[in-house]
Amino acid sequence: MKAKTSSEPGIIEMLARSIAVLRKDLVCEFRTRYAINAIVLFAVTTLIAVSFSVGGAGISQPIQATLLWIIIYFSALSGLSRAFVKEEESRTATALKLAASPGAVFGGKLLFNILLLFMLEVVIVPLFVGMMSLQVKGWLLFVMVLVTGSIGLAVAATIVAAIVSKANAKGALFAVLSFPLLLPVLITGIHGTQAAISSSVFMSGIDDLKLLVSYTGVMFVVSLLVFRFIWED
Amino acid sequence: MVFKLLLGIWMSAVIVVAFLYAPAAEGFAQPDAARIIFFHVPNAIVAAIAFIVAAVYAVMHLHSRSLMDDAKSAASAELGLVFTALATITGSIFAHIQWNSWWNWDPRETAIIILLLVYLAYFALRTAVDAPDKRASLSAVYAILALPAMVFLMFIMPRVMFSLHPQDTLISEGKLDITYRLVLYPAILGFIGLYVWLFRIRTALAEIKLKMRRN
Repeated sequence: MKAKTSSEPGIIEMLARSIAVLRKDLVCEFRTRYAINAIVLFAVTTLIAVSFSVGGAGISQPIQATLLWIIIYFSALSGLSRAFVKEEESRTATALKLAASPGAVFGGKLLFNILLLFMLEVVIVPLFVGMMSLQVKGWLLFVMVLVTGSIGLAVAATIVAAIVSKANAKGALFAVLSFPLLLPVLITGIHGTQAAISSSVFMSGIDDLKLLVSYTGVMFVVSLLVFRFIWED
Repeated sequence: MVFKLLLGIWMSAVIVVAFLYAPAAEGFAQPDAARIIFFHVPNAIVAAIAFIVAAVYAVMHLHSRSLMDDAKSAASAELGLVFTALATITGSIFAHIQWNSWWNWDPRETAIIILLLVYLAYFALRTAVDAPDKRASLSAVYAILALPAMVFLMFIMPRVMFSLHPQDTLISEGKLDITYRLVLYPAILGFIGLYVWLFRIRTALAEIKLKMRRN
């Protein structure tokens, strides 16, 4: 990896550097598989607990959308703070600071968290559809809401993880700090998923998709701007 | 001192006018209850202003690294929290009189509760970090991140989702009745003055504390 240059790198260059950080994180992750194991097992455990307690009751579709998002949301909370806390615990943060620019570090960690959430959803969503006998009418909207929603969760969770890794009380603080910033994503995600379940018309959830994309976009830009103030302290 | 005195007179006048000059609104279950607009709406507006000011001082802190800017940011967030709590309480009282329910998870109610949580989390972060420099920069970053969430919760979400919140009831053809506007705008001004007064007290106190720590 190249050292930080004085000139501002272009978008392609930035992305390439972010992917370099992502590859490093993936290699580290697949040595131990700690984060992916924790997050997927957490989600499966929650799903089983939810499923056997309400399974036979035949709960309504809106509640199913809520349950799906709550499972994804709490699994995200259980695993996404690792990205930065790991660097502080293994004392590798300083080396990473020398090796990559703040933007690249944030981009890489964000991509890693997005990948982690996608891996989680690939496992958990089909399981959920099967175990809860969920009938989705608008699959395209359903998938798009899930994808944009998870990117939104990942953006807010990544920047809060960066804050928390520098604070003293790491465990409880991550949940407390990220909860309110993630809630707008959660609310619109649930709303959009309900629309996808109950109607096959794609436009029925377009407002929710717009909200998700704009909130995620704004959060991403703001996070990218303020990240170096946390990282370079 | 003069400012405080004038503010006291102004606010008293607003209260008197709100009850004696403004007519009861027709079309409400309890027409007199509509007067709460003169206290509820300014509270919400001042809360939004306070959070914006907190974010502006947070940006200034990241630029200057001055602990005074951090103290101002915290003071403004604190006042924003107080005004948000007041807006929540007055709104809940109105909901109870109007729809006979203190709390119903209307999008407005949901949004304001989350907003309270955002800034409570901000103060949780402040208590979690001991070193003043580190506390200042971390909480500045969080205050900046909280701003888009605030805008989303206060201005976007209640307008996109269906809400019972009166926006059209008092507003005929997009405009609030003239007598209501004549009371509401001075009330907003009065509450902004109240915020400025409290903010100046908090910053003076923070300045003294910073000086004492240095000595």
